[in-house]
Amino acid sequence: MSGGVNVAGSSAIRLDRVWMTYHTREAETVALADISLDVAPQEFVAVVGPSGCGKSTVLSLVAGLIRPTSGSVEVCGEAVTGPSGHVGYMLQQDCLYEWRTILGNALLGLEVKRAVTRESVEMVRHMLDAYGLGEFERHYPRHLSGGMRQRAALIRTLATRPDVLLLDEPLSALDYQTRLEVSEDLYRIMRAERLAALMVTHDIAEAIAMSDRVLVMSKRPGRIKSGHRISLTCERQTPIGRREAPEFRAYFNAIWKELTEDGHAVAGGSEHADERGWAPAAV
Amino acid sequence: MQTNADGRPRRCSGPGLTGRPGPLAHSDRLRSSGEHETFLRSLARRRMLVGTARAMLLVAFVVLWEVAARFGWINAFVVSQPSRALATAMSMARRGELWIHLGMTVGETAIGFTVGTLIGIVAAVMLWWSDLLSDILDPYIVVLNSIPKVALGPIFIVWLGTTVTAIIAMAISISVIVTIMMVYVGFREVDPDRVKLLRTFGATRLQILSKVVLPASVPVMIAALKVNVGLSMVGTIVGEFLVSKAGLGFLIVYGGQVFNMSLVMSSVILLSIVSVLLYYGVSALEQAVLRTRE
Repeated sequence: MSGGVNVAGSSAIRLDRVWMTYHTREAETVALADISLDVAPQEFVAVVGPSGCGKSTVLSLVAGLIRPTSGSVEVCGEAVTGPSGHVGYMLQQDCLYEWRTILGNALLGLEVKRAVTRESVEMVRHMLDAYGLGEFERHYPRHLSGGMRQRAALIRTLATRPDVLLLDEPLSALDYQTRLEVSEDLYRIMRAERLAALMVTHDIAEAIAMSDRVLVMSKRPGRIKSGHRISLTCERQTPIGRREAPEFRAYFNAIWKELTEDGHAVAGGSEHADERGWAPAAV
Repeated sequence: MQTNADGRPRRCSGPGLTGRPGPLAHSDRLRSSGEHETFLRSLARRRMLVGTARAMLLVAFVVLWEVAARFGWINAFVVSQPSRALATAMSMARRGELWIHLGMTVGETAIGFTVGTLIGIVAAVMLWWSDLLSDILDPYIVVLNSIPKVALGPIFIVWLGTTVTAIIAMAISISVIVTIMMVYVGFREVDPDRVKLLRTFGATRLQILSKVVLPASVPVMIAALKVNVGLSMVGTIVGEFLVSKAGLGFLIVYGGQVFNMSLVMSSVILLSIVSVLLYYGVSALEQAVLRTRE
């Protein structure tokens, strides 16, 4: 599925010295300070950071929803000037429209792009089949479980054949069981479709389990503090399998330490308490 | 199960009735099936009691009114009496007048709330489309909302003449501002993530409107329609008081002027029946639409 756009050597996503400042009547807020990052074709990069550090702003920039104050944003070697066909965006909520059937929801992106053809509908139905939602295509979202809904949302995103996937805490609205289950699905599907992905999350374990590289962001103004290339020795390269790798805990502790270093973890105490429970021993 | 222990009757929210899965809940339900029957019986008894009491209240009121008028406890000339009101209505029905008046009022009201709702929705779309416009118009909408619309009646009559159009204008004016406010707020409360999702696909503002804002606001629009049924009826009746030669509002005013209280009373009763039926009609529409949603 990764389009021919990914010329060898060029990045799937590239941010170069990006600054982002928000203005309100009360104040001027620097959300991102000098962010540079590269995501290679087919690479899965996770960004972790405390709440409000501007993680989601990075995704909005890549999606072309907002423009940076300075610096440049490129997707597949093209400067981002607005929402483009290269990018698929998954949000924390599945955002399925309850008045549309699952098929109708999955076709939403194609409808917006005026690309609904007999072939594209056939392709979407094939994807629904392949990911276990075939028999539900005429059902409404309320009939589906949380995990199935998130899978339907993923198919809606993939239907537009993006080259790059942006994941904005795609699992955090799900309960623990479903979360593991969906992370498996997500991982499998993304690897199968050979997509590059940028995922933001505040869940360290999830970031390590799913990605090739974890970037740690500081509190606002958001900067990239460090990067960790994740290399895990385990039999099954799936999020659950990867949690069992011996190196997992070391990565977890290193990233956890960096996040807590400048004291901002105190503010996000509950989140991090949750993450501690997510240490490999829990799986 | 706590409800079992202290012997109080099981409520709908009790653990046995939630259908929570698992062997415990299942055996729990079996064990307490006798108690459950008792609970269901007590529900049915209560429903019966409420229904009977409602009917009795109406019957008692009508009988008391009739008897009081007959025995001269109250002045039947001033307050009329059920038998006379019924006779008046029946004779109007026989002459066919009744249906003309009913049709007039129902028609004016229906056009009033339909057109009022539609204009309101279109205006709300315009305000949603342009934040600048909504900022500019905000104080005017507040003023239009606070003036009693019936005060505009004479203006409509001067502009539109003593016609059905003036009555409908009255009915529309009374419902349109409320619709604008309700629907506009509804538009603004559409989940921002759902809008964001469309924007990531590169949706235009028109697509955002048609694919998420309007469909997501259908419940709000129906709620506005429901409110407007009552409001348009007020507009219609006031309009008929002022200008008309037909309609229930006309009958009420005419009856009052010639001191025919039976005509007034029968018209008021018919009016309440009509307004309830219209309300239930829109409620049924609401149920039908919302059934397909969560």
